[in-house]
Amino acid sequence: MKPPTLLPSLPPAPGPAKDPAPSAPADFASLRRRLEEERGRGRWRSLEELAAAPEFEAALPPEFAEGADSPAPIDRREAFRMLGVSFALAGLTACTRQPEEKIVPYVRTPEDVVPGGTPLFFATSMTVGGYATGLLVESHQGRPTKAEGNALHPASLGAADVFGQASLYGLYDPDRSQTLTYLEEIRPWPAFLGAMRTAVEAQKPSRGAGLRILTETVTSPTLAAQIQALLAGLPEAKWVQWEPLSRDAVRHGARLAFGEPVDVVPNLSRAAVILSLGSDFLGHAPGHLRMARDFAARRRELASIEGSKGGGVRLYVVETAPTITGANADHRLAVRPSEVERLARSLMAALGGTGGGSPSTGNAFLSAVASDLAAHRGSSLILVGDEQPPAVHALGHAINAALGNFAQTVTAIDPVEARPADQLAELRTLVEEMEAGRVDTLLILGGNPVYDAPADFRFAERLAKVRLRVHLSLYADETSTLCQWHVPRAHFLESWSDARAFDGTASIVQPLIAPLYDGRTEHEVLGALTDRPERSSYEVVRDFWRTRLGPDFEGAWRRALHDGLVADTAFPARNVPRPEAPPAAEEARAGGETGLEALFRGDPNLYDGRFANNGWLHELPRPITKLSWDNAALFSIATAGRLGLKKEDVVRIAFRGASIRAAVWIEPGVPDETVLLHLGNGRRKSGRFGTGLGFDAYPLRFSDALWSAPGVEVRKEGDTWPLACTQLHQNMVGRDLARAADVEEFRRDPDFAHRDELEKEPSAADSLYRPYPSDTYAWGLSIDLNACIGCNACVLACQAENNIPVVGKDQVRRGREMHWLRVDHYYGGNPENPEHFFQPVPCMHCEDAPCELVCPVGATVHSAEGLNDMIYNRCVGTRYCSNNCPYKVRRFNFYHYSLQFRAPSMKMLPNPDVTVRWRGVMEKCTYCVQRIQGAKIAADIENRRVRDGEITTACAQTCPTQAIVFGDLADADSRLSRRRREPRSYALLSELGTRPRTSYLAGLRNPSPKLPRPVRAGWSELEPEKETGQR
Amino acid sequence: MTDSSRELPRTSSPGDPDRDIIGPGYTFASITDKISQITLSRRTPRFWFVGFALAFLLTMVLFGAIGWLFLKGIGIWGVNIPIGWGFAIVNFVWWIGIGHAGTLISAILLLLHQEWRTSINRFAEAMTLFAVACAGLFPLLHLGRPWLAYYLLPYPNTMALWPQWRSPLVWDVFAVSTYGTVSLLFWYVGLIPDLATLRDRARRKGFQIVYGMLAMGWRGSARHWHRYETAYLLLAGLATPLVISVHTVVSFDFTIGIVPGWHSTIFPPYFVAGAIYSGFAMVLTLAIPLRAVYGLEDFITIRHLQNMAKILLATGLIVAYGYLMETFIGWYSGNPFDWYMVKNRLLGPYGPTYWLLIACNLLSPQALWWKRVRSSPWRLFLIALLVNTGMWLERFVIVVTSLHRDFLPSSWGMYVPTIWDWATFIGTLGLFAALFFLFIRFLPMISIFEMRTLIPEADVETPAETRSRREATP
Repeated sequence: MKPPTLLPSLPPAPGPAKDPAPSAPADFASLRRRLEEERGRGRWRSLEELAAAPEFEAALPPEFAEGADSPAPIDRREAFRMLGVSFALAGLTACTRQPEEKIVPYVRTPEDVVPGGTPLFFATSMTVGGYATGLLVESHQGRPTKAEGNALHPASLGAADVFGQASLYGLYDPDRSQTLTYLEEIRPWPAFLGAMRTAVEAQKPSRGAGLRILTETVTSPTLAAQIQALLAGLPEAKWVQWEPLSRDAVRHGARLAFGEPVDVVPNLSRAAVILSLGSDFLGHAPGHLRMARDFAARRRELASIEGSKGGGVRLYVVETAPTITGANADHRLAVRPSEVERLARSLMAALGGTGGGSPSTGNAFLSAVASDLAAHRGSSLILVGDEQPPAVHALGHAINAALGNFAQTVTAIDPVEARPADQLAELRTLVEEMEAGRVDTLLILGGNPVYDAPADFRFAERLAKVRLRVHLSLYADETSTLCQWHVPRAHFLESWSDARAFDGTASIVQPLIAPLYDGRTEHEVLGALTDRPERSSYEVVRDFWRTRLGPDFEGAWRRALHDGLVADTAFPARNVPRPEAPPAAEEARAGGETGLEALFRGDPNLYDGRFANNGWLHELPRPITKLSWDNAALFSIATAGRLGLKKEDVVRIAFRGASIRAAVWIEPGVPDETVLLHLGNGRRKSGRFGTGLGFDAYPLRFSDALWSAPGVEVRKEGDTWPLACTQLHQNMVGRDLARAADVEEFRRDPDFAHRDELEKEPSAADSLYRPYPSDTYAWGLSIDLNACIGCNACVLACQAENNIPVVGKDQVRRGREMHWLRVDHYYGGNPENPEHFFQPVPCMHCEDAPCELVCPVGATVHSAEGLNDMIYNRCVGTRYCSNNCPYKVRRFNFYHYSLQFRAPSMKMLPNPDVTVRWRGVMEKCTYCVQRIQGAKIAADIENRRVRDGEITTACAQTCPTQAIVFGDLADADSRLSRRRREPRSYALLSELGTRPRTSYLAGLRNPSPKLPRPVRAGWSELEPEKETGQR
Repeated sequence: MTDSSRELPRTSSPGDPDRDIIGPGYTFASITDKISQITLSRRTPRFWFVGFALAFLLTMVLFGAIGWLFLKGIGIWGVNIPIGWGFAIVNFVWWIGIGHAGTLISAILLLLHQEWRTSINRFAEAMTLFAVACAGLFPLLHLGRPWLAYYLLPYPNTMALWPQWRSPLVWDVFAVSTYGTVSLLFWYVGLIPDLATLRDRARRKGFQIVYGMLAMGWRGSARHWHRYETAYLLLAGLATPLVISVHTVVSFDFTIGIVPGWHSTIFPPYFVAGAIYSGFAMVLTLAIPLRAVYGLEDFITIRHLQNMAKILLATGLIVAYGYLMETFIGWYSGNPFDWYMVKNRLLGPYGPTYWLLIACNLLSPQALWWKRVRSSPWRLFLIALLVNTGMWLERFVIVVTSLHRDFLPSSWGMYVPTIWDWATFIGTLGLFAALFFLFIRFLPMISIFEMRTLIPEADVETPAETRSRREATP
């Protein structure tokens, strides 16, 4: 039965039109007639109404094909045919599974988020070796894209080091471990909770006697409290910490000197004379960014001619392995490790102290240092490297005390570590217990002991004797494969936690993004052992701080998250007994020749190996050797000559029955008869970048010789290993590139930087072409070579900001690295112990740019603001611009390098404000034009000019020493303009008439008048060393 | 009449190899027979097949290399930062240089009434065309994004963008394309009467049709000849400045740059001389085997070879002067970058290429001072090969050793050509050879009708008549 129609007033549907075209004109005419007849209320209100007229319908071509509403009868054959085709087509579509895509609109807009608009910044902290550095992370719609330093954090002051910068790459690393596994099979989290529950229950009768927890150095108060709470319930269980780049000697030295473990925090802002005994305080030390800032500030005082009385700093470095600290020294002494203690004792004696040393006779260096230190009581500073034996640390404290530096340039505070301990001894005990079968359950929270524990501990072998092994880590690494349970660790940018900085300041680690994978924090894994396994890290951390942030918890919590630190948590200075120099041990007195000695140091890029799969860090040229992708065994020129070694030769280095293979690199500045090995390379199981690159030196590292192995044997293997060095020539061949002078010279002739110029810099009038009109901003950059320490932070900041791809070892060897900003490193003086010069080289943004002249398609052009712009989609890739660039700052996409940003996780990495470049396109430094435009838009909205300091390039922003200043040359009062007016300001290759917008401030050295200056003459013009086949 | 014609050098005392530009005893018909039968004979000699197969194989190598290049990108070559230009530009300049001799012989020697050019101009022009074709490939291939090469042309577009006219690469586009076009026209116009001859003599239908179409209805009427002569002379006039301009513009690619070793005012004349030098070397390289295998010693006589050897010697000396001045100015300028570049060129890692270039380009042609060498085809052939190699090395030295160590030692590097660099280079040699084999098989490699004018019977007027006629026309 047909239901009553609901819409009775609708006109009947028109039937199929029968060839309307011939009658159309007549029908239109009739319509027109009908319209003329209509009057008054009968007027048509809309075309639809008019259209309802059947004549009009007939005049229109039918909407549907004829017969569409009444399909023609289909015969059986036709029906089968169509069925068959339909099945076939349906089958075809089944061949490709459509990707699952979820479109979730913002139902409730998150606070402050403007889709596609401005990014948000969140404070968090990153720990390396336990010590926190504050970061401010840029987030675009919930996707972290760039880590910057947190200006409020005492360990950062707005700067970030290479590890902080590269943490983003680690977050999005597609090789990160993604699922919880038991015996390499995927398991759900509740299964893990159950297993832990059982394990803990099994331990309860023995009060936890079989339970061990192995962590890295912990400064996190929450984690420490969690572990302590767990141990309170299971008092026989033990917590062991192990950090391969351990600070055991520092702790031990403090115990020797003060009787208790205190941390001694240096304050470089008050130091006029600094002696570093192997301390790389500018490169790697807790609070190194802070120390670099203070050091550079003191160095800047050298540059002010009037106020020079008492200002400035002089840095003496005694070191065994070349570091950037040594490279920045005014006087550097390269010694073998065994000699450091003797030197320290002699110094102690020379300063009138007791310590078993004799005031060295005939050692000009020592007497100069001693007299300089003695003349600066209270404003001098002795810093001792982590690698030095405890006695040297104790001596350092004693000398500092003897010089009255306590409370002046050094401050003693309570230890920052949650539980300072002799990590090596604890680990030894652990492996002994493992060997004895007394360890039933081992929780390894972070770290990779199978890879990095001392060789004689045979950790892997003993690990197998533990019944239940659990490993929490970012990657399925060497340790994970030997553990039953592998828990993927949440990256710190995905985690809630907390940590302390070098001075004790606590900060909250807050996540920028929900865990990309099934990552868990150590708080959650520990929670699995407790009665409340469901608590999230957020709750754990908040609960810890709830009682510690004062009455207004929520307010203080928000404040702490916003600022990136918990206010007033820096440890106060404390009184310590006056330290005495420890008596000399037997072996220290013996000293003497020990044959070839191997030195172990953390890798400048990979640290202890934890960053071994980070492409940015791998590709970053190491500060002094400029080697990327591999480490190498570094020899001095003389030792390499004696052993008949050439660069890239492979040697076998043997020590106590263990041996490794390593490629040779010759590095001026390594002490003779030593071989320097950087740890953290040669990973056996890591991701695509880490595995198999470089050489693992851990097998040579024994518990009684953690930092140096005397008496290693080096044998040539006969084959070679290609190394990727980004700067094959570290010799200025007599050219006036990175300019520097002694302070005395500078006082005599402030214009020294221009003295040797070939000709005066040409002016705009000398050009054939009319100058560009400059009635607007004139952007420029100034780099203070006096402040630059060569730490590479700017290079990574630039890479992260500008979506610079990683090209790989082979491409680097071919000379195709893509870094827009590079730090050139040159030697000077004596090749045995050379002087070092660092020179960051971004695009010069020449006013008369040679690249612009030769581009046939106008893909690189000058902007009104003086920027040398690249127009990627106009570029055809002739590479003429690069050929004609005297600074060689242009980078070319020889292959489609940016394909790497198409991996699912890597898609989130690029900065959305910067174009990702295609194959065959030239690119280069833009002065971070996206930031310039952003600031200009903001200024335009407020109808004002951009203020000085409002724009900062990525490199300038992260520079720990504030060596880089970006600004407006049109503004005579800008910091940049003031810098450009300094006499030290010079332009690189100015005689070419390029008139660069990037300029340099010449460096200054403050040598002791008592010591002879190294010979300034450049090295021979033609490189003495034979070039490798590289490039 | 016959007596006076004896005064003309071209047919003087039969059998004097130093003076003859055509062997004795030839008639109109025998010249035509001898040259056209190479094209029209049914039997293609075996060496042709072998040679063409080899050349074709190499051409396929070229196409393979180009395919891989387009697929992967310019990274398959050895270029890098700082050496942004490698084999591609070396080969480009080398081929363009080779392409110079053809037009020089056809146009300039025509205007200078050097009648000995007649027997070599046709294949020299063909050589020019093929060399320019090979050269023209490289600027396209060496682009990072070759599919956008049309950005270099001033075509109307919605963005109202034109090429950047200050860039020598844009000048190059015009110089090379103009040169290529004029060379093609010149060559083709010169071919028309011979194509008509082939059309008339071809026995096979297909040949008749193809040659017939190419001959454009040439009937040899007096009017045809008159127009032909006018057009040919005009084209010669047009082509003459191009001979100078093309390589001058190519040299601008380097001189406009500020790279030490490029930024030099001597480059234009030095490049032009070098181009003629290498072009004549290539003509000799081709002519000596050709006359041997096709028995053309009567047409390409010892006198031809001697004349070309003299040009080789003269331009070689100009080039030598260029080398000398480059080195001298490097020192005399007092510019440390230039002086370092000179020292690095001589003693640096690429030093051997420089000394090899000196040996090939400077020393080997000195043998041409001796007449015995000049009149020995095989010695000449050897020297020509050496000069070809030397000129290639010269471009390599200019491009690579200048770039690999410029201003900042920090960015110095090395250039090592990859297998794809070599494949592309050798592939263009194959392409050139393949085209040339096709040319000698299907077109008259020596101008038939112009050769006919060389025999005494061609002279229909007395020299006095000739003189008076020439004086009458302004």
